[in-house]
Amino acid sequence: MKDVKVLGPGCKRCEATAEMVKTAAAALGLDVKVEKVTDYAAIAGYGIASTPGIVIDGKVVHAGGLPKEEDVKAWLAA
Amino acid sequence: MSGRSCEAAGCCGPAAAVDHGRSRRAIALTAAGLIAWGAIYAGLKPFADRATAALPLEPGGHAAEAVAFFLYDAPKVLMLLCLVIFAMGVVRSFFSPERTRALLAGRGEGFGNVAAAGLGVLTPFCSCSAVPLFVGFVSAGVPLGVTFSFLIAAPMVNEVALGLLFALLGWKVAATYLAFGLSVAIAGGFVIGALNLEGWLEEWVRAVRAGAVDVPVASQSAADRIAAGVAAVKDILGRIWAWILAGIAVGALIHGWAPAEVLAAIMGREAWWSVPAAVVVGIPIYSNAAGIVPVVEALIAKGAALGTVLAFMMSVTALSAPELLILRKVMTVRLLAVFVGVVGVGILCVGYLFNLLFA
Repeated sequence: MKDVKVLGPGCKRCEATAEMVKTAAAALGLDVKVEKVTDYAAIAGYGIASTPGIVIDGKVVHAGGLPKEEDVKAWLAA
Repeated sequence: MSGRSCEAAGCCGPAAAVDHGRSRRAIALTAAGLIAWGAIYAGLKPFADRATAALPLEPGGHAAEAVAFFLYDAPKVLMLLCLVIFAMGVVRSFFSPERTRALLAGRGEGFGNVAAAGLGVLTPFCSCSAVPLFVGFVSAGVPLGVTFSFLIAAPMVNEVALGLLFALLGWKVAATYLAFGLSVAIAGGFVIGALNLEGWLEEWVRAVRAGAVDVPVASQSAADRIAAGVAAVKDILGRIWAWILAGIAVGALIHGWAPAEVLAAIMGREAWWSVPAAVVVGIPIYSNAAGIVPVVEALIAKGAALGTVLAFMMSVTALSAPELLILRKVMTVRLLAVFVGVVGVGILCVGYLFNLLFA
């Protein structure tokens, strides 16, 4: 099971990103755990400078702005 | 798969062909859109004049003047903004906060401040990202003063402010605003850096020792970049169009009815105290440049001094109460006070300078 963390203080885009990940995972038939990280210190600990960020199994794959749907699918399938 | 890597490999697989096709179509559509834009824009003035003349208003009267201003300015401003925001959206697709951080990390004061202010204009930045950005910069070795130069320039010198100033007051004013806005950001960051205030950051910010992570950059085709421009227009105009219309409506009322003598007395160049007053009044007011500039234009037409009004605008955009509240999460009150003080003084200088230059 993939462990996905969506980093962001809880703005609209962060919510939308978390939804995208869930939708993409469901479309691929993957079992993922999606967790939202909203604490600023925790977000900073991942070393990104813009939100929303996406971390999959401990690795940062995206930072800043809404990701593209096909990219999300590629990250989840990798 | 990116077009570039494919060319380098000397192949042309089906995915790349699809990418090229999409890009060609997007570029053709953009060109067609620009031509249509030009045609509509050229027709705005005659349309507004005819529409105003068709209304049962006394020609040259208060109401006719206000209506003509609104009918011409509202579509003109919205169209120019579409163009500027689109262009900026495309340009910004080449930048990201992570890449900007990598460019700025380890730079000394001076050149670092100049680069940070310039990049602050070009890097995509949303105010909800201000805290992660600040901490991400500082913890990765970008000097505090350089980070501040970025943080001052980003909200103040933005495409909406520049686009509106250009649309309503001409390119000279827009260019001067750009130059002075960058100067305030560079000088402000430099001064804050020289004061060595790292110790005045919040405890937890100093504790973050993450360093920078390499975020893989998604490859982008021309079609993706054009799409980014369109998305920027939808996103930004979607948020601010109501502000713009309200601002233009207020501007129209000022055009039609506000007595010029009163305004000139309060906001004219003779009233020296009007510049500091404009800065102080601007801090609690939160609006992006969108709602302010049309009002500004009308005020200037009625005799308010340009520098005073621009100081007001800079204060509204660079020193907003909500942004200060967000920054309070990473800075102690003392540091926040220094930030407001340094930027406020910078804006004051700009206000007085403008009043001297555009006399």
